[in-house]
Amino acid sequence: MKLGFLVDLNLCMGCKGCEIACKVENEVPLSSWRLRVKYIDIGSFPDTSRSFTPLRCNHCENAPCERICPVSALHYLDNGIVNIDSERCIGCAGCMMACPYGAIYMDPESNTADKCTYCAHRIEGGLMPSCVVACPTEANIFGDVEDETSQISRYIMEHQGNVQVRKPEKHTNPLHYYVGGGNNTLNPLAHERIEGYGLFNNITTLDHPGNPNRSILDRFLEPIFGHPNDNLDNKSLLDMNSKGDK
Amino acid sequence: MDHVSTIEATKAIVTMDVAHTGIIWGWMITLNMWAKSIGTGVILVGAFLLYRHKHEDMPSLRWLMPLISFIALNVFLFFTLIDLHQPFRMIHIFTHPHWTSSITVGAWLASIFLVLVSIMMFTSFFTHFSEFRKNCAVAKAVRSKDGLYEKVFPFTVFLAFPVTMYTAIIMSQSAARELWVPGAELIQMLLAAFMVGSASFILIGGKWAEAVKKDLAMILAISVLFSFIMYMGEYFFSYKAAEVEATLAYIHSGGPYFLDFWTGMLLGYIIPFIIATTMNDNRTMMKFAAVTTFIGLYFAKSTWLEIPQLLPLS
Repeated sequence: MKLGFLVDLNLCMGCKGCEIACKVENEVPLSSWRLRVKYIDIGSFPDTSRSFTPLRCNHCENAPCERICPVSALHYLDNGIVNIDSERCIGCAGCMMACPYGAIYMDPESNTADKCTYCAHRIEGGLMPSCVVACPTEANIFGDVEDETSQISRYIMEHQGNVQVRKPEKHTNPLHYYVGGGNNTLNPLAHERIEGYGLFNNITTLDHPGNPNRSILDRFLEPIFGHPNDNLDNKSLLDMNSKGDK
Repeated sequence: MDHVSTIEATKAIVTMDVAHTGIIWGWMITLNMWAKSIGTGVILVGAFLLYRHKHEDMPSLRWLMPLISFIALNVFLFFTLIDLHQPFRMIHIFTHPHWTSSITVGAWLASIFLVLVSIMMFTSFFTHFSEFRKNCAVAKAVRSKDGLYEKVFPFTVFLAFPVTMYTAIIMSQSAARELWVPGAELIQMLLAAFMVGSASFILIGGKWAEAVKKDLAMILAISVLFSFIMYMGEYFFSYKAAEVEATLAYIHSGGPYFLDFWTGMLLGYIIPFIIATTMNDNRTMMKFAAVTTFIGLYFAKSTWLEIPQLLPLS
């Protein structure tokens, strides 16, 4: 069994329902994401269009993150999922450097690397990943790519010639496919990021991986004494970040 | 919304992207590589000097070489440790090693290397300073094992090569950053070790024989020249993958990385090369070249480490 994902970009309407469902299901902290939908505008007014690309871990068959992880915190499950054991992770960020898709983040609460696991905990219980359930247009298709009768396999066969993966030149063999994708949606260097023209210009991201309020000394003291900010929730973290911005 | 009409959308524009940003490996990893180059470089250059010259020509080399290496390696390991988000779990590298990872292999090799260097340092230190803690039982025991130095030394020199070069494999395993080409990085790591290894001895070897100093100047000149040529080749002639060109565009287009890169080239490569080839009999100038080598190498390593991390990956 090899579990894979396919997103039909012709069906995706950019509602971000999958993003929210993922955040809620996996309690993904602020400033981090496991799945996000990127918006790209193409063309000049009035000849314009907007495309949406859901981006998540590609669960590569030849995963660079798994290879570089020094302690096997990143490992393959029998069903092909690239899973992560946060109890073993040492926080070296090697996986973040290795992932060609920028899909791994340093969780500011656990201070370990984390990423999309295709909702491995739900799959174990016979459920679909939360993003699949939330998608109103069924643009997210999930299943066993080795089973010829599965919906994802049939979808891939029906759309032969129009199925792509991100960065095939990296030889990572992603188990995450796109139908209806193009250079603009799948190649990060094909489009511009013009300062001041973003749809949501005030989105803030951390200027370094992990918790900005955790010093180097905290890395040593925290496991013994705990952290004064242990009770931080999303709101207080946001308040602290915005104070820092000012 | 006047500004919207001014967009010339000949290219697609990202209007919403919340990619994970920021430098993942920053100054701590730069210092890690910089200190490791010193730790291995003094052993490699020291071995060359011991092979070429008599011990009397460089009387302090035997104990200073492992001492400098020991200090530098501890700086290297210190920054490796504090860069981890879970430093106490460093032990997992030894209890749950994953051998496909060059981080694991490197950590093991560096640890073994440090043990060998420590043996050399303690035996040579207590032998050289024979009056220090003369009656101490531990000191006596260490002095009695002085022969270990010569036995351990060949293995230490052999290990210095992979220890100095394994970071290049980590960079190569960082599949997202195409600027780091393993072949070039392996040689750059080795040349960096020879640069700062020779620079270290230029600083401390004031009373050493002239022939030794000439050799040190030659090692410094050759290593900075080769390293500089490699950087220039990558800087000006990298007509390779789009990602490499986009990465280099960050330096070419000016800004802080442009300044950092050329500061590194000037201090670490151009100045030491000129001094080492034209004024190598001038002690003060050679020491100046050694100092600029240390500073320049840090800038070069820092720039080369950080710029590929600025590329959007998704």
